[in-house]
Amino acid sequence: MRSVIQVSGVRKTYGQTVAVDEVSFEVNDGEIFGLIGPNGAGKTTTMECIEGLRTPDRGTISVLGLDPFRHVYKLQDRIGVQLQQAQLQKRIKVWEAVDLWASLYQKKAIDGEHLLEQLGLTDKRDAWFMNLSGGQKQQLFIALALINDPEVVFLDELTTGLDPQSRRAIWDLVRGIRERGKTVFLTTHLMEEAERLCDRVAIIEHGRIIDIDRPERLVDRHCPERTVVLTTDDPIAEERFRAIPGVEAVICTDLRFTIRGRGDDLVTEVIHCLSENRIRVTDFRTILPNLEDVFLKLTGHSIRG
Amino acid sequence: MMLRGLWKLTWIEIKVFLREPLGAFGSIVVPVLAFLVAGRIVGGRVGPPSLAASSFIRVGLPVLASLLIAISAVLSLVTIISIYREGGILKRLRATPLRPQTILTAHVIVKLILTAATLALMVLAGKRYYPVGVHAPLFSFTIALLISTWSILSIGFLIASIVPTARFAQPIGAIILYPMISVSGLFVPVESLPPVLHAVARVLPLTYAVHLLQGIWNGDAWSAHLSDVAALTVAFVVCTALSAKVFRWE
Repeated sequence: MRSVIQVSGVRKTYGQTVAVDEVSFEVNDGEIFGLIGPNGAGKTTTMECIEGLRTPDRGTISVLGLDPFRHVYKLQDRIGVQLQQAQLQKRIKVWEAVDLWASLYQKKAIDGEHLLEQLGLTDKRDAWFMNLSGGQKQQLFIALALINDPEVVFLDELTTGLDPQSRRAIWDLVRGIRERGKTVFLTTHLMEEAERLCDRVAIIEHGRIIDIDRPERLVDRHCPERTVVLTTDDPIAEERFRAIPGVEAVICTDLRFTIRGRGDDLVTEVIHCLSENRIRVTDFRTILPNLEDVFLKLTGHSIRG
Repeated sequence: MMLRGLWKLTWIEIKVFLREPLGAFGSIVVPVLAFLVAGRIVGGRVGPPSLAASSFIRVGLPVLASLLIAISAVLSLVTIISIYREGGILKRLRATPLRPQTILTAHVIVKLILTAATLALMVLAGKRYYPVGVHAPLFSFTIALLISTWSILSIGFLIASIVPTARFAQPIGAIILYPMISVSGLFVPVESLPPVLHAVARVLPLTYAVHLLQGIWNGDAWSAHLSDVAALTVAFVVCTALSAKVFRWE
């Protein structure tokens, strides 16, 4: 697969503070790539270096074959950008912003009215920016990021501060961007967002990339533990559970058993054991690790700090 | 291209400004009203005018009012730039193919248009209620005021470059700009100022603006004021170069 962004050995400091260091990764054509980490980990700095808004102290960056620092205007013509916590003029109307943005690009912009309709903003086209809700503002920023039909779209903390419903709507929009064949580079500190949206993620902490892969592979690699919780009053159950291959621990409190082990086969093995021994259960559920657990494992603390 | 988006951005900034509840009123109506009221009070009180008083009403007051228009435009620019910076609007605009200088030029154009519009309104109102300066060369005076405003705007940019937050923009701008009027030669001739103030007045662009505006209002030819225009241009170049060095976009 062709890579559209190459970042190699990037370092950026603000005075004494090292914001990012030795950051290297590639983003492939047509994927949603997520840079995930807690606030202050260096996500925005990394993204703004790639967009050409900041100059790294060291390292090389190439986007669509262009150097973001030397060819910033050429690059900005081909990318779409949504910045974290950005604002527009308080009393600019939605359609005025779209119209202004459409006039700024060299190549022909896509139809603004159609874009507003797709993003569900048609009935807000005459509203002032200051009177939009948080979700509507983000929808407008997505519209502005898409107006030049960009090849790569950058989204920085897109859903921060939104309610769950708006968040889901925005996720659908982002998936729609990928379906149009665009590459999406996003940052988030929400693990659920990364898991649901991203094809690949890079975990960043204290300005350094810890690991990069597909979310499910990261989970497999760093958190192979599986847990089954079930309830049964069968007296022979505990003994049988301990005999299951791959089981590391069986904890019993009252009639509730917590079975811990490793590997994808654990759940199958437990079900197999239940059916073979005709053990009657009144409750059964599995606990699978997710990116949140991966992050905890890799950094020793929760992402919410 | 440098001009891409300039007119559209300028037009949007004008509309956005006029939508401000106090925007048009504060910047256009208040100076005009103040001018009329001041003219009435001073003009009414002085019976058979002494020479000095009459000269101040004839020349000083219109020039003072024009300067206040220019300074209020500059203060408004300083405030807007600081608010835009604090709100991330400047940064958002910069993450497009818009050139930074295009963004700032649009704001300068808006303020020059605002200044010209206020001046026009003042003259129209003045003709009706305050029969002074009817015979002044209005076109030349407008050009002189725009040159002065343009130069003072560059001081505004320098102030906007260094004020820490939007909250301080207006007061800091006012503290820097208004006292400049007192030594500008408008009330007391520059030559009769104490040596220190005289030296200060010599380096302040407002002094040259006042000299230019008074002269043009009195009907002087432009050729008599080339040094004033030159001084204002130098001030513009110096302040623009300095703010290009220290300007912060976020």
